Amino acid sequence: MALSADESSRLAELLTSRATQVTQRWTEVMAGQLRGRLSQAELVRQVQELHRALTDALGKGAADLTAEEATELRAVLAELSRGQARQGFSATETASSIFGLKDALLAELEADQSVGTLRDYVAFSGLVDQMGLFTFESFVRTRESLIADQAEQLLELSTPVVKLWEGVVAVPLVGTLDSARAQVVMERLLQTLVDTGSPYAIIDITGVPAVDTQVAQHILKTVVAARLMGADCIISGIRPQIAQTIVALGIEFGDIATKASLADALRHVLRLTGVETSRRQPRREA
Amino acid sequence: MTSGVDLGRPQAQTVGSDEDVVRVRQLVRTVAVAVKLSLVDQTKVVTAASELARNTLVYGGGGTVEVTAVDNGRKPGIKIVFADSGPGIVDLDLALTDGYTTGGGLGLGLSGARRLVDEFDIQTAPGQGTRITVIKWSR
Ligand SMILES: Nc1ncnc2c1ncn2[C@@H]1O[C@H](COP(=O)(O)OP(=O)(O)OP(=O)(O)O)[C@@H](O)[C@H]1O
Ligand SMILES: [Mg+2]
Repeated sequence: MALSADESSRLAELLTSRATQVTQRWTEVMAGQLRGRLSQAELVRQVQELHRALTDALGKGAADLTAEEATELRAVLAELSRGQARQGFSATETASSIFGLKDALLAELEADQSVGTLRDYVAFSGLVDQMGLFTFESFVRTRESLIADQAEQLLELSTPVVKLWEGVVAVPLVGTLDSARAQVVMERLLQTLVDTGSPYAIIDITGVPAVDTQVAQHILKTVVAARLMGADCIISGIRPQIAQTIVALGIEFGDIATKASLADALRHVLRLTGVETSRRQPRREA
Repeated sequence: MTSGVDLGRPQAQTVGSDEDVVRVRQLVRTVAVAVKLSLVDQTKVVTAASELARNTLVYGGGGTVEVTAVDNGRKPGIKIVFADSGPGIVDLDLALTDGYTTGGGLGLGLSGARRLVDEFDIQTAPGQGTRITVIKWSR
């Protein structure tokens, strides 16, 4: 579907001699597509930039979009799709704004009904299709990386490690503890232990709906890793139904301290460290 | 979540990824609540389903899970069938032994799931896939 040298130069010629008409018509079609969600000034700027990059590429003899001469054009198209993806336009809208060039070209070629002109139009259309598809692909790539970024941010957000007390950090786990999250939890907990120099960590599972062997294994690994760094872990938030399920499954937490609530766990740690809490007076634990 | 679940029919869920295991848990929880299992029993059956669905995924190479609300005339319950056409289990007694694992797990999923439910039936043979049916009755 590549353009012949003649076709490239004829299209470059058309784009140059009819620049005003082409960009005007193209801008109109694009404005209709994007229905006022992009300012007129911005639209005009984008169309002029595209027009310039395309005319340049063709002037240098680019036969299609993959040509060396079209590097700059590809960069402009990619930039346009990235912008539109970030602004929340759809992939179809973004690609359609490129297809607006066809309308503009057709309007220019229509007057002359010769077979040669028709052939030119088909050839030009092929190039515009290529540009549209390229835009579509860049758009999707941008969206995918946006989604991946957001997923990562969510992952971070949903696994906060907080310093509860001098020497005590806590990780409240909420939701499904899949392998990806378990990895993040472990890394962040270990890092916080280093940063704060805390000898105690409380892993609170109040927000975990089901503790199966996978969740248990992730927790056990985290506890072992924390121990290697000299910190002791307490697991808290073990509700009655979870306790019964863990027992029936046969999971053993060994000598790891477990508590019903986060408050119990904190009280336990504070007593170990000799801090007196108001609810329980000095009475030492056996 | 509860809306849109027709309890009269089996609800099917394919198991091909970790997200599907989460979906199985949610589906089982919805039906368990609908047939009025206690909170403890809901948690037990959801956990059993999580184990068996993950085995279907990991060892069976994926498969399907079917969840049905059932009634034996005296009490309602939930029935779940896990089916895969993977390699099957060669030595079932061994696989059902606490701590036995070929995948670096705790080796408690299969044996533990059996203890978490009221009825447990397993059909498997080398090269024939694995089909596990469990029921938890409401008390
Ligand atoms: N659907 C299946 N198809 C084939 N083999 C299976 C299947 N389910 C279980 N097995 C075999 O039985 C063994 C024991 O399963 P079980 O679920 O008890 O332990 P695990 O999955 O290895 O570890 P865990 O479930 O504790 O994380 C598995 O390691 C595997 O070899
Ligand atoms: Mg298992």
